[in-house]
Amino acid sequence: MKEHYLSIPLRNEDLFELEVGDVVFLSGIIYTGREGVYNQLFDKNIELPYSIASMSNVTFHCSPAIREDNGTYNISSVTATASFRFTKYMDRFLPQFNVKAVVGKSGLTAESYRRYFVPNGTIYLSTIGYGAGAIYGKSIKQVKDVVWKEELGLAQAMWVLDVEQFGPLIVESDVRGSSLFEQQNQKINQSFLPLFEEMDIPILKRIGEELNAKNEMV
Amino acid sequence: MITTEQVYRTAVELHLQAATKIPNDVKQAMHAMANEEQETLPRYVLEQMKLNYDIAQREKRPMCSDTGLPRFYVKIGNEAQLEGGFVAFERELRRATEYSTHSIPLRPNRVDPLTRKDYNNNVGSHAPTVDYTFEPNVDWIDITTVHKGGLFGSDYRMLFPSDGIQGIKKFYLDVIGEFFRRGMSCQPVTIGIGLGGTKDVCVRLAKEAACLRIVGDSHPDTALADLEFELKELGNSSGFGIMGFKGTQSVMDVHLETAYAHTGGMPIAIHHFCLAQRRCTARLFPDGSIKFRDDPQWFTSYYRRTSVE
Repeated sequence: MKEHYLSIPLRNEDLFELEVGDVVFLSGIIYTGREGVYNQLFDKNIELPYSIASMSNVTFHCSPAIREDNGTYNISSVTATASFRFTKYMDRFLPQFNVKAVVGKSGLTAESYRRYFVPNGTIYLSTIGYGAGAIYGKSIKQVKDVVWKEELGLAQAMWVLDVEQFGPLIVESDVRGSSLFEQQNQKINQSFLPLFEEMDIPILKRIGEELNAKNEMV
Repeated sequence: MITTEQVYRTAVELHLQAATKIPNDVKQAMHAMANEEQETLPRYVLEQMKLNYDIAQREKRPMCSDTGLPRFYVKIGNEAQLEGGFVAFERELRRATEYSTHSIPLRPNRVDPLTRKDYNNNVGSHAPTVDYTFEPNVDWIDITTVHKGGLFGSDYRMLFPSDGIQGIKKFYLDVIGEFFRRGMSCQPVTIGIGLGGTKDVCVRLAKEAACLRIVGDSHPDTALADLEFELKELGNSSGFGIMGFKGTQSVMDVHLETAYAHTGGMPIAIHHFCLAQRRCTARLFPDGSIKFRDDPQWFTSYYRRTSVE
């Protein structure tokens, strides 16, 4: 597997070389975000106290396991949270913050990459595992800052992290909007779907198996 | 008598070991799976996960920063005596959870479900959850802690007797289809299946089957053991590997537990316990000694009893 060692801020020419399935290690500043941060930014329209985009163009869908000792923070472990839950914010978030790479778990749909990522030249990097908290925790050199800790709590606050060779990360979507997960799904369907062939629909259906709400489930 | 100090000290150590040290049965299974996997991408990731286990244990870092919803399963010997009774016992478990959240650290995941307020200590309403079972003729208490995430990898369905074994298999595959894509279940997983009982009992049994039996054991009822084996093979022939990449190693084990059901129904629930299986057990004896172990030994023959004594 092809490995790339990149510095943050990421440059467009770095990204053009990446293809889905490649392995990436990042060094520099990254900042975290999940429900709480996006809710502050886009539902409540509260601005960050400073321009994070001038410090970094890489964001990480996660929250760390963190210890506070007399005002200093130590992150022992960090793993990603599932990114597709934040899809509805990406159309505003990616261009406003000039994000070039989103790091997370499980990716978004290929449709979301085409609509929100490709026009902005943004790629998606998947953490591995999932659950490689010790490996990723080890790459954090320093906690630079925490924003909205009181408002959101430790698990939802925005953490600004200085990382060194943060990885391995796998390219899930490249600048062209290809999706590794969707490619893998298509391969898997060849062995997965035939398993259902001889199977009856259960006696009582559920919403989803019967899409028309006027019909009964029996 | 088992003292409150003993309970507190045990609970703190259980949280630390669960968060940072993978049980040996899971570690061995992961090594075997990394050797078996032939596809490049999933094999690379499996090798990294073995490395993650090693770093976590050596440096006392949580294996995964989603340290789940810490909870306790308690098995009480019928002859056991507790200093301060069960009110004091539960107080120690809550104190230990708050302390461990800061000291390890665990991520403070527990929030009010509506206001989303986080008190940064993993303690609150029904948190940590404590479940109890009993064991005859012994004077010890077993405490098991489990740290499991809870967003993906579980489902429930009311099946009916004529859905049969095929209905069970279809539901099992449905849940794999729901949660193995993109690695949402964080497979390879141990799959717990609860079959029968009432809805709440079948969901509880599925969770206990996933979290409180070790990888590699099989049900003492040979018919159930055969079904467990068949379902494991079925899962690993689905095409899913780790992270939802094409592969053959996604199910570490299948554990099936049953409860007697309504004559007209066959409720079923499934839980996937992720590759970072955070669990640890300790036995507290009345002489003050404490013994830690990997195997929860939760499903005793007494717990699975079917007869009138």
